[in-house]
Amino acid sequence: MPSDWQPIIDDFKAVVPGVDFWSLRLVHDETETLRVRDDVVQPPSLVQSRGVHISFVDRGGMAYAATSALHREGLHAACEEALAWLAFSRRHTLIDTGRMPRPGRSGSYATAVQTPWEAWSLKDKLERLQDINQELKIDDAIVDRQAQLSCRRSEVTLVTSDGVSIDQQFHYLIPGYAVVANRGAQTQMRSGGGWGSARQGGLEQLAAFGFPDSARQTAEEAIALVNAPECPATCADVLLMPSQMMLQIHESIGHPLELDRIVGDERNYAGTSFVDLDMFGSYRYGSELLNITFDPTVGAEMASYAFDDEGTPAERSYLIRDGILERPLGGAVSQARTGMAGVANARACDWNRPAIDRMANLNLEPGTLSLDELIASIEYGVLMDTNRSWSIDDSRNKFQFGCELGRLIENGELKGLVRNPNYRGISATFWRNLAAVGDAGSFEVWGTPYCGKGEPNQMVQVGHASPACVFRNVEILGGVGGR
Amino acid sequence: METYFRELSDTLCTGLPAGEVLLLNYQGEDTDFVRLNGNKVRQAGHVCQQTLHLDLINNGREASAALPLAGQLDDDLARAQSVLGRLRKQLPLLPEDPHLNYATEVHNSSRRGDNNLPAANQALEQLITAARGLDLVGIWAGGEMSHGFSNSLGQFNWHGACSFNLDWSIYRDGDKAVKQNYAGFAWDSEIVVQKIAHARDTLELLGQKPVSLEPGKYRVFLTPAALYELMKMVSWGGFGLKSHRTAQTPLLSMVREGATLHKDVTISELHADGLSPRFTRAGFIKPDSVELIKAGAYRNCLANRRSAREYNTAVNCGIEQPHSLHIAGGELQQNDVFTALDTGLYISNLWYCNFSDRNHCRITGMTRFACLWVEQGKPVAPVNVMRFDESIYHILGDCLEGLTREHEHILDAGSYEWRSDASACLPGALINDFTFTL
Repeated sequence: MPSDWQPIIDDFKAVVPGVDFWSLRLVHDETETLRVRDDVVQPPSLVQSRGVHISFVDRGGMAYAATSALHREGLHAACEEALAWLAFSRRHTLIDTGRMPRPGRSGSYATAVQTPWEAWSLKDKLERLQDINQELKIDDAIVDRQAQLSCRRSEVTLVTSDGVSIDQQFHYLIPGYAVVANRGAQTQMRSGGGWGSARQGGLEQLAAFGFPDSARQTAEEAIALVNAPECPATCADVLLMPSQMMLQIHESIGHPLELDRIVGDERNYAGTSFVDLDMFGSYRYGSELLNITFDPTVGAEMASYAFDDEGTPAERSYLIRDGILERPLGGAVSQARTGMAGVANARACDWNRPAIDRMANLNLEPGTLSLDELIASIEYGVLMDTNRSWSIDDSRNKFQFGCELGRLIENGELKGLVRNPNYRGISATFWRNLAAVGDAGSFEVWGTPYCGKGEPNQMVQVGHASPACVFRNVEILGGVGGR
Repeated sequence: METYFRELSDTLCTGLPAGEVLLLNYQGEDTDFVRLNGNKVRQAGHVCQQTLHLDLINNGREASAALPLAGQLDDDLARAQSVLGRLRKQLPLLPEDPHLNYATEVHNSSRRGDNNLPAANQALEQLITAARGLDLVGIWAGGEMSHGFSNSLGQFNWHGACSFNLDWSIYRDGDKAVKQNYAGFAWDSEIVVQKIAHARDTLELLGQKPVSLEPGKYRVFLTPAALYELMKMVSWGGFGLKSHRTAQTPLLSMVREGATLHKDVTISELHADGLSPRFTRAGFIKPDSVELIKAGAYRNCLANRRSAREYNTAVNCGIEQPHSLHIAGGELQQNDVFTALDTGLYISNLWYCNFSDRNHCRITGMTRFACLWVEQGKPVAPVNVMRFDESIYHILGDCLEGLTREHEHILDAGSYEWRSDASACLPGALINDFTFTL
């Protein structure tokens, strides 16, 4: 626990009113970002966030208050705000607060960091980003180059009126580069080095993203995509690489299995789900090759933790096994509301938002085929790499996704690049066309820091790990002319 | 907090070493958030947050930071000085910044909005009472939002406003629902009562057997809310100077190939009509308006401080994305919309749009909420959700049949990190041959 937390906790305990149950979540977050664009060092950025989230449960009501005023008067004012909403919620409560679970175990968690952010000086880090900028400048058709390195440290402490105390320290590394090529009215962007993703850990995580070694190839592919033909519009097999499987899992498995969506909390914003409570235990979500786990134990994955933000201990669970739907993504509150077994996924993006059901690490377990064997299994199809477009209906069924790069596969062999690859389908049937799952050789850890949901809105980091996968009979399309 | 920010900034700016310039931005909100499901309270609470942004400049170099404020001067000053110390150590390690740009002319301003908000619990009691028996889900977000700017050159700006945004849907069954919103600065409970009554009427229609459309081209009417979803996509790089000069704008065909929209389409960024501050975070004052597209032809870009320096033009925005978007109205009367549509799809809302071909501004997305099938000028049934995939060059170009004379002023209900102060003033649009794909 940060050294200055204890006086705040003491001040809070001095002013907290007598309620059946209270919890205090303290968050200190700091993000440093370095970026070089077209050889120009952008102003370095340091963003700090520090505040507390107070929750009360009392006599049939529940309410919260969050504040950055971390002194006794500020905490007292926050308690008064929470008390006022507590009274209102008693008259109109949706949830039977008598069944609200309480965390019962203290503990701690810390990201394993081998090479700390400070191991490289500011000068070192900027030089590396400038070197990448140079590496990306391979042709006059390159019109924009960016490279970034960002480090986020988050310390979260949860204490409750029952004496539970949980301390968790997270370190995230957010690297990447992007390059844009243009000829006439045709522009293509290609990214690499982890752009759009992140991992827990220190600078040692860069190697897993190919940072910076893939820079030149990234630029070469951007140029090649500008000159490539459009992805054909047809029905064919697709081979989705882990950098796209991440999005496919996220949108068409993760969100539909969130229990708060299933019970309707999100209907005004993020949406509902085609999944209902009766499906768990029997519904065939995908082919027998589909095995999905909620796994907060994969060290470098973005949403690994020991406890969720309501204090529930986190452990690995199967959500879908051999294609059959087993368990929803529902935290302790959602479990109490529905009577269903769930997972520890009640999460908040920061101190200023309450915990809701979120994805965390949601992974597709590896199969037995090498990447070469996956390619060889395809008579005609398209390999798609790195998500760039995502759209799905509010029940998480009808989707259309697009990738940065496509590559034709003919008679079991990789052929030329195609640009603007998109595909569409329906979640409820798409996963049943999962025909082959890659082995550990193609298994990669991805994720996104930008999963949006909730009212008020919240953006959280989620992890998705997967091997490459093959799907049969998919509607694919390209750019103009490929509708 | 205006006085507090002034005191904080005076102290921080006074002690600066020679040669340093300090830009300070304050952002604060005191907001009630109450979330509803089934016309009952799911989560209710209050968020009080204040942040100070610092940009330290010296010798052509800049470094920035943001830190939370606790509201106790000594404590906040100590932490701000500590952060300034970190920035001060960074500056000599940075190369000179060729795109550094900040306001050097002093323009002071102060706008303090009156607080005409109701007690949030009373407003919610009125909503819940009006919606008794209905499956209402949504959120109340209301309270004070404030922004301040000051710099060591002597400029001070303040912008405060008390507003609410009540955003809700009322469900019939499954995914069939009416989406509504009431937002502003002063509360009138009668408006909520009227909106809920209107929703009850529409729910009757949503009880009809839904129509499932086959993929194909349809005549459609886009409400201002639906058009707003499309314009949010176009705004994603569409009007920014940097995205234009690096060929990443989805309107690339307009600037490279002379493509045009329909002659009736005129799009502006109307800073003067928006909710956000008129000053930028570098102290520039935004112009009243920026004409982006006029009579279907591309006109001007939005240039932030860095782009303005890089491409030698004037700063006309804080971020290169419309925040107060305005589309000029047309001749179609709102009351004549169903008659003009004749037979086709009335699209109340679109959802989850994204580019399927950015170079051609082709957008895919979904219909959502109370989209209605209309036959011979009369709405007859709800429509099951459909995926569209269509280019803006068709939607606001050769397939555009008309824009409504009336506008809707949409106050963005977003609240990522902070409550949004974005808005848009848009007409509805009647469109032929709109493509649905799934």
